[in-house]
Amino acid sequence: MSDIKFTEDHEWIGLDGDIATIGITDYAQQQLGDVVFVELPQAGRKVTKGGDAAVVESVKAASEVYAPVDGEVTEANAALSDNPALVNSAPMGEGWFFKIRVADKKQVAALMTEAAYQTFIAGLK
Amino acid sequence: MDRSQGRAARPGAVAATETGGASHRGLQLEEPLLFEQDSPGRSGVDFPAAPKAADRLGGLRRKGVVGLPGLSEPQVIRHFTRLSQKNYSIDAGLYPLGSCTMKHNPRLNEKLARHPGFAELHPLQPMSTVQGALALMDELARWLKTLTGMPAVALSPAAGAHGELCGLVAIRAALEARGESRKRVLVPESAHGTNPATAAACGFSVQSIPADSRGRVDLGALRAMLGPDVAALMLTNPNTCGLFENEVVEIAKAVHDVGAFFYCDGANFNAIVGRVRPADFGIDAMHINLHKTFSTPHGGGGPGSGPVVLSAALAPFAPLPYVVHGPDGFRLVEMAEGAAKSFGRLKGFHGQMGMFVRALAYMMSHGRDGLYEAAGDAVLNANYLLARLKGHLTPAFDGPCMHEALFDDRFLKDTGVSTLDFAKAMIDYGYHPMTMYFPLVVHGALLMEPTESENRDSLDRFIAAMRELAARARAGDAAFFHEAPTLAPRRRLDETRAARQPVLRWRPPTARRAAE
Repeated sequence: MSDIKFTEDHEWIGLDGDIATIGITDYAQQQLGDVVFVELPQAGRKVTKGGDAAVVESVKAASEVYAPVDGEVTEANAALSDNPALVNSAPMGEGWFFKIRVADKKQVAALMTEAAYQTFIAGLK
Repeated sequence: MDRSQGRAARPGAVAATETGGASHRGLQLEEPLLFEQDSPGRSGVDFPAAPKAADRLGGLRRKGVVGLPGLSEPQVIRHFTRLSQKNYSIDAGLYPLGSCTMKHNPRLNEKLARHPGFAELHPLQPMSTVQGALALMDELARWLKTLTGMPAVALSPAAGAHGELCGLVAIRAALEARGESRKRVLVPESAHGTNPATAAACGFSVQSIPADSRGRVDLGALRAMLGPDVAALMLTNPNTCGLFENEVVEIAKAVHDVGAFFYCDGANFNAIVGRVRPADFGIDAMHINLHKTFSTPHGGGGPGSGPVVLSAALAPFAPLPYVVHGPDGFRLVEMAEGAAKSFGRLKGFHGQMGMFVRALAYMMSHGRDGLYEAAGDAVLNANYLLARLKGHLTPAFDGPCMHEALFDDRFLKDTGVSTLDFAKAMIDYGYHPMTMYFPLVVHGALLMEPTESENRDSLDRFIAAMRELAARARAGDAAFFHEAPTLAPRRRLDETRAARQPVLRWRPPTARRAAE
């Protein structure tokens, strides 16, 4: 997962072969504050780019997590059910949300690079 | 009186340690649970011993103890009185949460709602014996229709969100009658969370409409999202940013042009009641939170009330029952009649009578001119806050606002103080915090609604406190904010742990130890 891409809705996506791992960014977890609950999609569910895929709830707010690209869910991070705090402590690592089999890799390539995302969030502050 | 001689309330219970009385400080009373105040054998009443009787319960016979605490009458009274004293309420002082929580409940409303002729009715009484109550419902319906300009109203929904459900089920029924199955509902990103939840509960998929830089619906973006599969738009006006959607007529036209319905969330009707008729926006349905606009208690010890006004297109699908007036007086229609294709019932009976009495009392005691004035005062008070806090806090959007003044957290930038810290510090200054971190479209939002009930002196005191807190944050006193509240009986609660590991049931200490 060398090449991680980002969305304007603060999801990250790392591609490994056909399988992409998706989570929320460090900026997103900082904005949410302590995460207390995560609702994840079941394996086999089809997701579409920009459509709802998961829900993350913090002491401040509940937010949708959108699928950055089209695909089919292959696995959800079961560890988050018992320990949603992983989203805060390791948003880009152990706090990943779900994995999908990507339908079209070109959709991944079209997303923001890390540098572009950093510029994007600097504009939000 | 302590009737220690009476029959033990909990025979054989283990003596509990005395927990009350020892931890009082400055008359701030720590209040243990009633179960923790248990004293075996103590009782408020003196029951005779139960007579001998044959046990016919078989396997249903209770094996363990009931576990009710032994308490005297004064203990129980003191317990609930102390708890009520811990409650910060609109009767104790200003709170900037505003009508979302509850605005002032005029005591005249309460007096009338307690009238035995209303309070002691049973919903299954013969109609001939409840003509006055039915007349009151009919009169309330007439006021709601007149104030909104709409042809029909459903009184039975038990709350605002229940009203949303009523509106969307009516829309779905109307679409089905047209032979259409439209799937999408559009909701602005600043909407109340109940809007998308209601649409999803009705089986629609929800799409979020972006706001423009003025904090209002982006009409261009809305037009681009509209299409033949859109069932409805759900829009709050004035919106959750406290702003009037001034393109609402164009919005309604665009929605109707694609054959969709316009659901208006009437949560903020208080700001415009008596001045603007939502029918003139071009709406098809709108719920009215009686507690927010017409001063009823929020919930009121039972279900609340969220009547829904309906357009001519949706009126045939209105829920049952409803009141009609005929030659023989008033009548509650319980089965669909004539051309009506009612979608059915929303709840067991006709709605919350106690709330109906209070709301109509408020309307009639104010009159149309009084309601006009109340809406004006609500808007004036919010603008007074906005104007006098501008330059101290940072308004999220340029004014004028409607009934709510919305600030973002730019004024706290680089102070090390967050909106949450600021809110906690307000408690030490004697104010209940405002709505915070909502609407989500505004960063670190502080949403203040003073309502029409506060006078200028009260607002000036609040403004002085807010200015002092803002100055303190800017002066680098972050430690004060991080410590706050220091004067409340409880300091900062561990909200994260409470949400992650909620303890939902009290267990006696022995059972708790066994479970660990």
